[in-house]
Formats: sequence, structure tokens, C-alpha cells
Amino acid sequence: MAWNFSEKKETRAGFGEGLLEVGKENPNVVALCADLTESLKMDAFAKAFPERFFQVGIAEANMMGIAAGLTIGGKIPFTGTFANFSTGRVYDQIRQSIAYSGKNVKICASHAGLTLGEDGATHQILEDIGLMKMLPGMTVINTCDFNQTKNAVKAIVNHIGPVYLRFGRPAVPNFTDPNAPFIIGKALHLTEGEDVSIFATGHLVYKALQAYEILKDEGISAEVINIHTIKPLDTEAILKSVSKTGCVVTAEEHNKFGGMGESIAGYLSTVYPVPQEFVAVNDQFGESGKPDELMKKYHLDVPDIVEAAKRAILRKKGGRNNC
Amino acid sequence: MKNYTIEELKVLSTQIRRDIIRMVFNAQSGHPGGSLGCVEVLVALYFKIMKHQPQPFNMDGIGEDLFFLSNGHITPVYYSVLARSGYFPISELHTFRKINSRLQGHPATHEHLPGIRIASGSLGQGMSVAIGAALAKKLNKDDRTVFSLHGDGELQEGQIWEATMFAAGKKVDNYIAIIDYNNKQIDGNVEDVMPLGNLKLKFEAFGWKVVENPDGNQLEKVIEKLNECLNLSRKQQPVVLINKTEMGYGVDFMMGTHKWHGKAPNEEQTKLALNQLPETPFGDF
Repeated sequence: MAWNFSEKKETRAGFGEGLLEVGKENPNVVALCADLTESLKMDAFAKAFPERFFQVGIAEANMMGIAAGLTIGGKIPFTGTFANFSTGRVYDQIRQSIAYSGKNVKICASHAGLTLGEDGATHQILEDIGLMKMLPGMTVINTCDFNQTKNAVKAIVNHIGPVYLRFGRPAVPNFTDPNAPFIIGKALHLTEGEDVSIFATGHLVYKALQAYEILKDEGISAEVINIHTIKPLDTEAILKSVSKTGCVVTAEEHNKFGGMGESIAGYLSTVYPVPQEFVAVNDQFGESGKPDELMKKYHLDVPDIVEAAKRAILRKKGGRNNC
Repeated sequence: MKNYTIEELKVLSTQIRRDIIRMVFNAQSGHPGGSLGCVEVLVALYFKIMKHQPQPFNMDGIGEDLFFLSNGHITPVYYSVLARSGYFPISELHTFRKINSRLQGHPATHEHLPGIRIASGSLGQGMSVAIGAALAKKLNKDDRTVFSLHGDGELQEGQIWEATMFAAGKKVDNYIAIIDYNNKQIDGNVEDVMPLGNLKLKFEAFGWKVVENPDGNQLEKVIEKLNECLNLSRKQQPVVLINKTEMGYGVDFMMGTHKWHGKAPNEEQTKLALNQLPETPFGDF
């Protein structure tokens, strides 16, 4: 398998390594953190470039404003805090001072989704993709593993404009090619298939590959595509795959409202309507628990993708979805 | 830019007040009260205090003093001052708040109006932005100063105090904040809506140097006090000017009330206002 992995690593650690690298390469890179330097793995950057690292304390709104201001003078600010505090808490600051003002700020958000685990729903934001994708001009990226997160950091530093980069807390299989260039807005084909297209993002990408194996054993050929960039969406890749398979599963660690699945449904409904099944949180808040337990309880696990694929295929053949 | 005398700048201030009234009348919307009250401070900054380059406008402003308007609703005075500084044609003031204009109701970079470096309007954000720009100047070894203007009512926003804490804690000393201290906000007197208490002591307790100006509508005084702020800057502390002004200054029936915060005069009121602001050699837009 092309997606074998030798170790599990945190996506946030990929962010930290990527940030250090772009910091070494580009003297205009600056970083800001709201009292979560170790959690965000920004300590290496802070140590290497103390004059370019700004500890703002527990004041996320101020952090977003300062980041916007730092761009005036040519800096490329990377802000770091949990996804909840990177978006919901500071929506108006991002909207006015960054997005509407067209500022070159990279909003880097860790601990997104249910896999944050035991801290519970206060911290498990499942609405952030929706919030960010609704802002005109905002690029929205959700990476799937350590390597991809690191490569995404190296890509967004060269993109002029605001970016929301979403990643997570736990160690997960590190399976993507460390040397694969990250191209914003270009989806990655992971498997070729005929029966169903599975579009996955973030931590659900590896689970989609596990589902692919199970489906293959049952004689179902699934095309798994990694939608690491939710905005701008790679509509060409999506249409090409769906034209072949005729049905869709979308899989994401996010509310079904406002997520990647909704973006794909919105696009396909205008050009090529096909049956689509959503593997996403069903308009709920999360709760405390271990990441794996939560993913299972909220139906974001491998069997959920397998079942969704079968339902999509059934509907394609004219069957009805009784779920 | 031409080096105007104080007397010339006072005449220019009258012209800018005419612009404010005419812009708001033309659009039949906008914020005349706070705009009239802030004429002197903006004239002092753009025509005496700041080193800045209207053309070609450069977003990064390297080597320039920068100004950020945090109480974004006073666009009439801001746009008039920018136009008369040479950032864009004075005739463009005709388009204020109209469809397809670069002169949006609140300041925006989106339409690329020269002179604007950040959107504002949702209050409380400009101090953070100004601090970021001041930090960029330090990183760039750029020795110029960053200024920002805030309404006093705006100080009720929590983000202001996050920024206040940061500026002092991190010694952002190439930065001067100005408070338009007119004791007026939409719902009435600031002291009635949500009292600010002793503002001087508050800023001092946060670690700022405070300069007070009881005569914020006297141009010489404003220039003198801004120079005092500059002398206090670059000494490990941020500086704030508490600039006491009168909302609606220059038009008698707009003074002493919050009623003209965001209301356009009708034709008769406009005539009455302009009668108090005689035409000047600078000419109307």
C-alpha cells in the first residue's frame, strides 16, 4: 500500500517543524501565540527567533489585530492557538481586520474537532471550517498527517492572502509522502475506484483509506481523494471522479452543516447531482472522552465510512436510503 | 507637502468642516458629530506632525508615520483630510457612501482607496492593528511613529484593554494612541451609558504615559500636545493623548448633544450649518 506508515505523529508537530523551516528561509515570517506555545509546538520557532515571536497572553482578539497590523510593513504573521479560539472567539476580528482588509495572515489552528478529547465540547470546535469558508478571500486547509501539515506550512507562506490552516491534537498515522509538494487547492488522488468517490479531509483521510480496504474485500472499488483544501475547492478533481463513480461519500471531523461535505454537495448540485452520504457530526456538540471513543460514538469511524459508501451505491442504483 | 501656517490650517479646518457637512448631506447618511469634533487632531497629524507620502500610496508605509482610525465611523473627516492631503482627488468626496464608490461608509482597503491601511467600523480593533504595525516598524528598524485614534465610547470594548496591556507589557514605545474624549456615544453621555472612570489613572495603571489636552478643538494646543507625546515616546512606554473635544464643533446646533452622532442634516439644516462655516480659498469639492 502506498499509505503504509512507520509511525504515528501529531499534525501539530508538523506545523511546528514547518514553521521553524519557513522561519529560517524567510526573515519576514513572524509568529504569535496566545499562551499555548508548547501545545502548538511553536517553542522551536520562539527559541530560534525570539525577536520574531510574540507571546500575546490569553488575548486572542488582540492577537488577530496585531497580526493584521504586522502585515503592514511586509511581515507574514502565523497565529497559533486552538481552533476554537482561532475562529469562533475572534470571528469579527478576522472578518474585519484580516479577511475584509485582505491581510496576509496565516491563522494556524490546532486541537480542531472531537479528537481534542477529554477537554470536552467547550474546546472541540466543529464549526470552524464553516465559519472560515464563509469569509470571502479566505483559503481553508485541513491537513491529514504530520508530513502534509509541514508541507502545507511551506506552501501557505508563499500564498499571498489570508489562510486558515486547521490541524489536530493526537498522534495519527504519518502516511503521506514527505517530499510531495503541497499545492493549495489541488486534491490528492489516493486510490483509483469505480463504484464510489470518497472525499475525505483531515483525520478522516486515513480512515477513508482503511474503509477502502474493507470495501475492496467486499468487491467494492472506492476512489479515495484527499480534499486538504476546502476553499478553494478542487472542483475539477471532484467532477472528474464523480462523473466516473456516480456517487459520493464525504468524511470530515466537523459538523455536517458548514463543512467540506456541504461545499461539495453545493458544487455538485449545480453541475452533476448524484447521491451523497455525509460522514460528519450530526449537528451536535461533542463531549469528554478519548479521541477514538469519540470518533466512534459520533460516527466518524471506519465502519461509518464503509456503511455510507454502501448506502451511496445503493441510492445510485435507485434504492432508497432508510438511514 | 506644502508647509502651511497655523492660520492657513485653521482656514483649511473650516473647509474640512464644510466638506463634512456637504458629504453627509449629499449621502443623506453618515456621522457628522464625531467628524466635526476630530477636525483639529486630524489636521494636526496630516499637515504638521506626521511624515507621510500621499503619492504613490504605499501600503507598507516604510519610512512613514502611520495613522489608524479605529473609530471608523468618522469617515467624513478622514476622507476629507486624506483627499486634501493629496491621497485621492478632492472631487471623489462626491461619491461618499454611494454605490460603486471607493469611499465606503466605513474605511476599507477593499476598494483600494489610497491612504487606508485597514478596515475599521466594528469598534475596538484599531489599537491592536496599530500595535502590530508598530512592531513591524521595530523589526524593520524603521524609526517612524504609529498613531491611532479611538472614540471614548469605543473604550468600552474589551479588546482595547487587551491591547493596552500588551503595548505597555511589551514596551511598544513607537506608538501614540489618541482618545477622542467627547463624552458622547450613540445612546447618550458616555458617563451615563457606561462610565469610563478616571481614564488617566486607568492608562497609567496599565503602564502608559498619559498626556491630557483640555482643548482638543484648538489647533495650536493639539499640535503642542502631540509634540509632547512624541517627546515622551521611545522611552520604553506607549503614550496616550486624552484629547478633550466637543462633538459637532463648529456648528452650533450640532454641539453639546449626541443627537448628531449618525444623522444627516436636511437642506435647511445644511444651509444653517454652512452659514457658520464660510467658504474658503481651498474651495468646495
